[in-house]
Amino acid sequence: MNWKFGENVNTDLVTPGRYNITTDPKELAKIAFIEHRPEFAKNVKKDDFVIAGRNFGCGSSRETAATALEASGIQAVIAKSFARIFYRNCMNQGLLAVIADTDGIDESDELVLDIKNQIIINKTKKTTIQADIPVVMAKLHSVGGVIPYLKKNGLNSVEKLFI
Amino acid sequence: MKSQTIAEKIFSKHVGKKTYAGDYVLANLDLVMAHDTTCAWAIDPFEQIAEKVWDPKKIVIPFDHAFPAPNVQMASLQSKIRKFAEKQGLSITHDGVCHQIMSERLIKPGALVLGADSHTPTGGGLGAITIGVGSTDVAIAMATGKCWFRVPETIKIIINGKLKKGVFAKDVVLMVAKDLGPEGGSNRVLEYGGETVNNFSISSRLTLTNMSAEMGAEAAIVPADENTRTYLKENQREISFKESELSSDSDAQYYKVLTYDVSKLEPMVAEPPDIDRVKTVKEIEAKKIRVDQVFIGSCTNCRIEDLDIVYSMWQGKKLNKDTRVIITPASKKVYLQAMAKGYIEFFMQMGAIVLAPGCGPCLGRHGGVLYDNEVCVSTSNRNFTGRMGSPKALIYLASPATASASAITGYITDPRKYL
Repeated sequence: MNWKFGENVNTDLVTPGRYNITTDPKELAKIAFIEHRPEFAKNVKKDDFVIAGRNFGCGSSRETAATALEASGIQAVIAKSFARIFYRNCMNQGLLAVIADTDGIDESDELVLDIKNQIIINKTKKTTIQADIPVVMAKLHSVGGVIPYLKKNGLNSVEKLFI
Repeated sequence: MKSQTIAEKIFSKHVGKKTYAGDYVLANLDLVMAHDTTCAWAIDPFEQIAEKVWDPKKIVIPFDHAFPAPNVQMASLQSKIRKFAEKQGLSITHDGVCHQIMSERLIKPGALVLGADSHTPTGGGLGAITIGVGSTDVAIAMATGKCWFRVPETIKIIINGKLKKGVFAKDVVLMVAKDLGPEGGSNRVLEYGGETVNNFSISSRLTLTNMSAEMGAEAAIVPADENTRTYLKENQREISFKESELSSDSDAQYYKVLTYDVSKLEPMVAEPPDIDRVKTVKEIEAKKIRVDQVFIGSCTNCRIEDLDIVYSMWQGKKLNKDTRVIITPASKKVYLQAMAKGYIEFFMQMGAIVLAPGCGPCLGRHGGVLYDNEVCVSTSNRNFTGRMGSPKALIYLASPATASASAITGYITDPRKYL
């Protein structure tokens, strides 16, 4: 299923300050959207999508927002745009953050994400949506985040991510 | 040679070669900051990739967001950070809000600073580039002293006009936020200039740069000048610098240039739950909204200059008996300054609650958590749903003057009647 949200969904809504006082990803997954969409944590299934409008993940830099969503098992967050710090946190946590026009996507639509070709196929509506998945986002997602990447390639490999 | 913005110059200096907006770079950092929550989330990533930090003298750990610990979970995170700090030879300070400490004690014009907090752009009020990131990026920075960036474009914001009585920097930046919205500064540097900004104290400049984070700005900067020089001297950090080297070239390329005239600006307020739901206080006053709590604090607006206004407005007045008033000076220095001026005794006699320096109730963890349907007028920077407690509470963002006036009447009130 696709969990659809609006514009400017801030990280206080994803993991509120009163609940995110832990470093345990499993505990954080339990409190994802706990007040904003209380049924999410219990009902989210592996490979579901979180779909949103503009500026997803704005507000606080709290990485728990990315950690919680990654630990919830979703396939990706797809939004029209992302706030900068949250986008970096997704890369670092190995959570795939995809930039695409989500206006035409409904919660019951069956979506197929083609990372390699950077498209989203909406099987229900029989449409194809262009997606923006930079190489570095795909690369870090494939290895589970920046820490596994650095452990494998050495601390200096942070330079090779882009340059 | 292609001309540069001040942001491009600062990045260039920290990369070791000329760099421009759009370039991806690995830059050397002058300072790395993480606080009592974000540092806890950085420890495990750090320990997976490194044994020792790159330079203990350049890492700053303020305990401010929920200190002293209000519950066992926070105590657990803080204990974890203390063990890490001891192991790495780092010192922890609980002398106030992280951004206030950084501004008072550490940030220099032209510096490149990384902070595990979204309001890190505050430090740009001193002519530095100060950028917020998450805990893992800070963990990598603690290990290497570096961080990768995409050099951002700059939006120039020129503010002209003499502010009317009762109108302050917070009102100016709320006006800008109304225009730019929560995404208007995303991936950009907001560079402030113009006669109004040139005449602003450092305290007022810090209000501008702090609130720029709410517009999504990667960084915000007020190029260093004589006011900056004076501030640094007053804070035992006198350094010599050339304005020409620490400002944008006259023909620098900006993403956008916005010009505002604030000579007719009135006191403003941001209605919940968004930063750009900005109206005049006058318009909101007409709705007679009862105020349960007034919060005068935060890195946005609780320096001595802000408390000067509160003190002067409350002379000969009584506070509304049904409105809780919480004041958290942004740092130990501000607290002691207020004490020396007799403010703390005065505020307490008025019936306000004065808390230890720190974030206080700003993020809903302690110090004045809000209940269902309560209304709070706050001098802080965020009015998101659930930010200060119950998701059914309502937070209105305003200047210390507006907050002070509202504390007197018990309703959201235009401060000009008391000035």
